[in-house]
Amino acid sequence: MTNKEKNVTNKEGWHKEYVKPLLETYGERKDNFKTLSGIDVDRLYTPEDIANIEYDKDISYPGVYPFTRGPYPTMYRGRIWTYRMFSGFGLAEDTNKRWHMLLKDGETGLSTAFDFPTLMGRDSDDPLAMGEVGKCGVAIDTFEDFERLFEGIRTDKVSSSFTINPPAAVIYGMYNALADVQGVDRKILRGTIQNDMLKEFHAQNTLVLPPRPSLKIIGDIFEFGVDTNPKFNLISISGYHIREAGSTAVQELAFTLADGMAYVVLAKERGIDLNRIGPQLSFFFNSHNDFFEEIAKFRAARRIWARFMREEMRTTNPEAWKLKFHTQTAGCSLTAQQPLNNITRTTIQALAAVLGGTQSLHTNSFDEAWALPSDEAARVALRTQQIIAYESNIANTIDPLSGSYFVENLTSWMEEKALEYIDYIKEMGDGNILEGEFVGIDQEYFIKEIGDSAYEDQRNIEEKKRIVVGVNEFTLEDERLTVPLLQINEEELRRIQIERIEEIKERRDTKEVESALEEIQTAADEDKNVMPPIIRAIKALATEGEIVGVLKNVYGIWAKPTLL
Amino acid sequence: MNGDLKMNMVLNRNKIKVLVAKPGLDGHDRGARVLCRFLRDSGYEVIYTGLHKTAEEVANAALQEDVDVLGMSFLSGAHESYVPRILDILKKNGVDLNDMVILVGGTIPEEQFKKMIDLGVDGVFIPGAPMDEISDFIDLKIKEKRDKSSDQHYFVGTKLIKAEDLV
Repeated sequence: MTNKEKNVTNKEGWHKEYVKPLLETYGERKDNFKTLSGIDVDRLYTPEDIANIEYDKDISYPGVYPFTRGPYPTMYRGRIWTYRMFSGFGLAEDTNKRWHMLLKDGETGLSTAFDFPTLMGRDSDDPLAMGEVGKCGVAIDTFEDFERLFEGIRTDKVSSSFTINPPAAVIYGMYNALADVQGVDRKILRGTIQNDMLKEFHAQNTLVLPPRPSLKIIGDIFEFGVDTNPKFNLISISGYHIREAGSTAVQELAFTLADGMAYVVLAKERGIDLNRIGPQLSFFFNSHNDFFEEIAKFRAARRIWARFMREEMRTTNPEAWKLKFHTQTAGCSLTAQQPLNNITRTTIQALAAVLGGTQSLHTNSFDEAWALPSDEAARVALRTQQIIAYESNIANTIDPLSGSYFVENLTSWMEEKALEYIDYIKEMGDGNILEGEFVGIDQEYFIKEIGDSAYEDQRNIEEKKRIVVGVNEFTLEDERLTVPLLQINEEELRRIQIERIEEIKERRDTKEVESALEEIQTAADEDKNVMPPIIRAIKALATEGEIVGVLKNVYGIWAKPTLL
Repeated sequence: MNGDLKMNMVLNRNKIKVLVAKPGLDGHDRGARVLCRFLRDSGYEVIYTGLHKTAEEVANAALQEDVDVLGMSFLSGAHESYVPRILDILKKNGVDLNDMVILVGGTIPEEQFKKMIDLGVDGVFIPGAPMDEISDFIDLKIKEKRDKSSDQHYFVGTKLIKAEDLV
């Protein structure tokens, strides 16, 4: 028998002549191949799959609308992305020490992890803080803790990111107060305050005030920030937590951009010039295991955002059209079993983020399914980024996967599916996406959507439709953990923090504190901006819990429904 | 789990009341919610406390609902503080831990498994624990506790072990 070359001119012909005969004999590994989010993946992509994509209109050049290939003309050839390692634990001085270690190791931006009491606007002496002080992040009760956190660090030299939401106004106020103390012009401060309450209602659950007052405070931060800190990102619109709570990549993309659009509507309703605030909005995505799907997600995000800001919101400042984002590798993908394998997972996810054009990156440590990272684990995570940046050479050219039939097709597909969700959310609000968000929160739409995906994902793992190395396949019989974990003596930390609070309350000017707190209350009651009186209270050494307490008194509190 | 053990169990799951709790300020509820849904689909009666509960609120819910199983989820490291406090309140209110199955799940360092079991916990599950392993263990423990079996099992991390293997 002789093999003759068969003439093939299209995908269908190739399938008929080459694939089908083989399939009849051998078959393939699986009946269907899907991305992690459940999108069908074809055997092969060819020019036919990108026939409806126009290069100039849909892809274009780096730094050129719609920025599919990246927001800047030189990207990593100009400057490597920012290594921004999310870190914080114990007392402010413990975190300060870790920060100095990371900066010495070549980290280029700071990112603060706060403990749960701080994240929830409660002081270390609050009854609900028991067992949690300094445990999952750093404990900050007053401005003096914040000053200790930044000991030896200049606010005019480094950009700082703060992952905090209901009390965002307090921590953001503290950063401004710190600049004042250091004699730094507030106008040059660089950094990011997360300040994204919508994703808290959808997924992350750091919940204090009800939805509308929460958005009112965000509006205050916007209004204050465009004038005071024009180089500071006033929000980090976050898909990370939505994904960690179990969403698919498409849902992460859709809900994050819908949240972003809602914040733009909020700014507009507050009378803020969108051309000015546009460049001060930043994004934060997850990078999970499905390499190409993640890259397509990042590229689609830039395109959707640019079109929204330019065509729908009619902004004219090109800087306002650019979606810039931070990425964190997927914490939920880390396994407790055979933890060193997590270094490999994190590397693949970090590569996807870089090939997707991220502006800054956090790489998770291999021990995080067990505890907060040890010094060594945090260092390996940072080194992973440096190896990608300096050894792999992938940062030598911009958006190298553009033009891949598969990646371009998947990018368009993600865009299309995300827009379907976004349109639905808008419809819920009768055409106003901000109102659609409120309706969605009220009807638990987001919680249900994300919860269904989380459940399906867990079922897929248990049914081995999704293989997790070391968990449901390639397991070890008698595994013992051999990596040393970070130890935190919470009782001791809490004792020290409580002593500090008591000592400060003795020493501070009580009248000034009370008067500042009253001023916050009046501002809230009269619907004025709460930022200026909050900064006054911070400087008077009011505690975070006292300041947030005033807001709770005015606006009430919010609890997540317990629906399943 | 061992097939013989599973075969020996004849349990009416809808008579088993499970309370899933999120004590403390930790908002990570993906695991708790997914597990609640699975246990409910598997036939158990499931109650979920919702988020941000104090030790007292969790213990009171367990007492008022007279549950057979109390499962507590922690992704915050706060188990070290909450587990002893919650079990203490239960004991002070007359609960015999030989009659209630106590489970802890989440980011629990391996070196603390024994400490948890010594406090009265029956099973410690880590991130990624298969849900049917959890329900199988619930069934086994309910039976062992009802029968006052002299041969009690524990679950630590990824393993079902006997009391004498606990190190």
